[in-house]
Amino acid sequence: MTDAGGPVIPNFGEGSSCVVRNRVFCVDWVRDNWHGTLEPALLQHLKLTGIAVAIGFGIALVTALVAYRARRLEGPIGLVSDFLYTIPSLALFQLLVPLTGLTVTTVEVALVAYTLLILHRNTLEGLRGVPEEVREAARGMGMTPLQTFVRVDLPLAVPPIVAGLRIATVSTISIATVAAFVIPEGLGRPIFVALSSNLFKTEIIAAGALAIGLALAADAALLVVQRALTPWARKRRPA
Amino acid sequence: MSEAAEIVFDRVTKRYAGRERAAVQSLSLTIPAGEICILVGPSGAGKTTAMKMVNRLVELDEGDITIDGVSVRDHDPAELRRGIGYVIQQVGLFPHMTIADNVGTVPRLLGWPRARTRARVEELIELVGLERADGRRYPSQLSGGQRQRVGLARALAADPPLLLMDEPFGALDPITREHLQNELLRMHEEVRKTVIFVTHDVDEAIKLGDRIAILREGGVLAQYDTPERILASPADDFVARFVGGDRALKRLALRRLADVELEPPDGLPRAALTAPAPTTLRDALSMMLGAGVDRIVVVGDDGEPLGILSVDRVATLLAAR
Amino acid sequence: MGEEAATGVIADAFTWRTFGRAFRFMADNPGLLLDKTAQQVELSAAAIGIAIAIALPLGVWLGHLHRGSFVAISVSNLGRALPSLVLIAFGILVFGIGFWNNAAALVVLAVPPILTNAYFAVDQVDESVVEAARGMGMRRRDVLLRVELPLALPLVFAGIRIGTVFVVATATIAAIAGGGGLGDVIVNQATYRLEGVVAAALWVSALALGAAGLLALAQRALTPAGLRRERGSGRTGAAL
Repeated sequence: MTDAGGPVIPNFGEGSSCVVRNRVFCVDWVRDNWHGTLEPALLQHLKLTGIAVAIGFGIALVTALVAYRARRLEGPIGLVSDFLYTIPSLALFQLLVPLTGLTVTTVEVALVAYTLLILHRNTLEGLRGVPEEVREAARGMGMTPLQTFVRVDLPLAVPPIVAGLRIATVSTISIATVAAFVIPEGLGRPIFVALSSNLFKTEIIAAGALAIGLALAADAALLVVQRALTPWARKRRPA
Repeated sequence: MSEAAEIVFDRVTKRYAGRERAAVQSLSLTIPAGEICILVGPSGAGKTTAMKMVNRLVELDEGDITIDGVSVRDHDPAELRRGIGYVIQQVGLFPHMTIADNVGTVPRLLGWPRARTRARVEELIELVGLERADGRRYPSQLSGGQRQRVGLARALAADPPLLLMDEPFGALDPITREHLQNELLRMHEEVRKTVIFVTHDVDEAIKLGDRIAILREGGVLAQYDTPERILASPADDFVARFVGGDRALKRLALRRLADVELEPPDGLPRAALTAPAPTTLRDALSMMLGAGVDRIVVVGDDGEPLGILSVDRVATLLAAR
Repeated sequence: MGEEAATGVIADAFTWRTFGRAFRFMADNPGLLLDKTAQQVELSAAAIGIAIAIALPLGVWLGHLHRGSFVAISVSNLGRALPSLVLIAFGILVFGIGFWNNAAALVVLAVPPILTNAYFAVDQVDESVVEAARGMGMRRRDVLLRVELPLALPLVFAGIRIGTVFVVATATIAAIAGGGGLGDVIVNQATYRLEGVVAAALWVSALALGAAGLLALAQRALTPAGLRRERGSGRTGAAL
């Protein structure tokens, strides 16, 4: 019935007394099943997220640049990503199943679609956010358009872009838990298994805490990166 | 690189599509090397447009502009601009770079060796009246006046023979503006570059300019001359109105007691009104009128009387030129 | 659960024809889908309503006072880091199964975006406008109601829109917790086969888009004429 990846829980005869009585949280179960269940799920989750954000970012850079140069296209591109973002993740997964099957591809396509909205919008706003007088000064000093882009526009666009990466990463980690409806991967899977096996509390809490913890850790890490890349943003005139 | 360049406008014209009147109409003038030339006039007079045609931020339609005899069209625009200092009202400092990096932008674009750039940056930061330590700070940490000083330093970094300044002090409060105007004059004493300066403030023009070009709407040149001669003999009603009804007094502000021939200092009571030698004629006249006397004693640094100036003498001086 | 479905579904063909069959399913089972939709709307509406009642006044008030930006940002970050499936699962553990229990979990999900956006929407209203209003003699309450709120409307609505989309999406998942709704069909491929699942997925997408669309219309209607702008960037603008 259940696959080989997770323990058969609970058969009311196996496991420690804590497990058998389905106490809120059994540390021994976590210890015993870390390598078999939780760790693989965590790593799968990381992989799903990483691929989605990387691809999403790559595409978003292109679409944002396109929208930046060709203002006419900005509306349509924005509309499409708005549209995709509104569709519930579970629904999107299932809509893709007939096309790409019950595979990682299905999940990745949906995840990438979700990251696109945030990353596209933030990248575009970042590019647009450079003050006009700064660009005029750059041009007046003799920078070629390419130099202006590389030395002025890009560095100043970095903060909103990294902020977008933060949001996209955390959102993807969150949505990826739903992937368990489609493929047996990610931290959603142990939760699923536990829910369908008489609500095994420990597994639910352990996997859930891992998912939340992963999201918060990613957020914090990217925040550090954001701060490190923008030394000028925090300095203000004394009084 | 030459110290200063001579700029020649030859029947320069600029039209914008859909507008009947040209933005700049057949403008011709010569700016001698090393002088500060002010382009002044009401809004819509095309002064900024005219200035921007020198570094080709705006392209010429007709006519030509030459820098030391070479047409601006003969240069690649980006290269041309690296050889011209450019200062704008909002300054446009790069927020993500330190002050030092900002100032060193053009030298880096030109490929100067690092040591040379660093030395030059330090030199300029001090030249514009900032401290060495300021080099490590970011624009957001400086005041408006300090930022504009940096803007100036940045424009001078590669030692260009020409400086373009577009209402650079317009966004500053009057006290800071006056300080920076004085700084500019001081710097110009030390480093004589050709400067084209745009402003709508006629008093600033008179204070700073070696020559003033007054433009009327449509970019037409109304008068081009030294401040003294414009004030003494405005070319037409427009110029006369533009420089203001008090132009005679403005002329007096251009000269100091020290420069004028004075009557010998004898026969005056002890309590007579005095003024130090560097006082302008205008201020001296104001003092006399305010005190209700018609004579003032000019004194030197040591307090010793140098001579006497009378109100009549002032009138005579005005009439003479 | 997903595992079971997988073995059953290999027999179904993964082709475009599935969509055609899905539409046939819709035609054959209107009552079922409508029922489920009604359930989901009921659950979502309850959750959003409660979330707005809690978060909107709080966010607006804090923003008016320009206090608590740290709270607003933290709530937003925490809300984002809470995966919907985990939320539902924890909800089951804490509240058990049932309508109000699911609604509670959904409320927790919807509050952060509404709160954060409401806060920043009011907080970021142009200071000089507020000052002019105070200088004219408007009392605090009037300033809030007549000046700050109208100007804050776009961002507030953006927050409500985001919250609504989250709730509709997660209500779908809440099916595993007895939440009913179209999720019941989607997670039950064994009974309804792939075409049923796809049909329900299409319906729930339409539901989400419809809700978002309705809110956009409401926003348009409520925004004072002088403020209506066409720019796309304001539409889903979440604060930070």
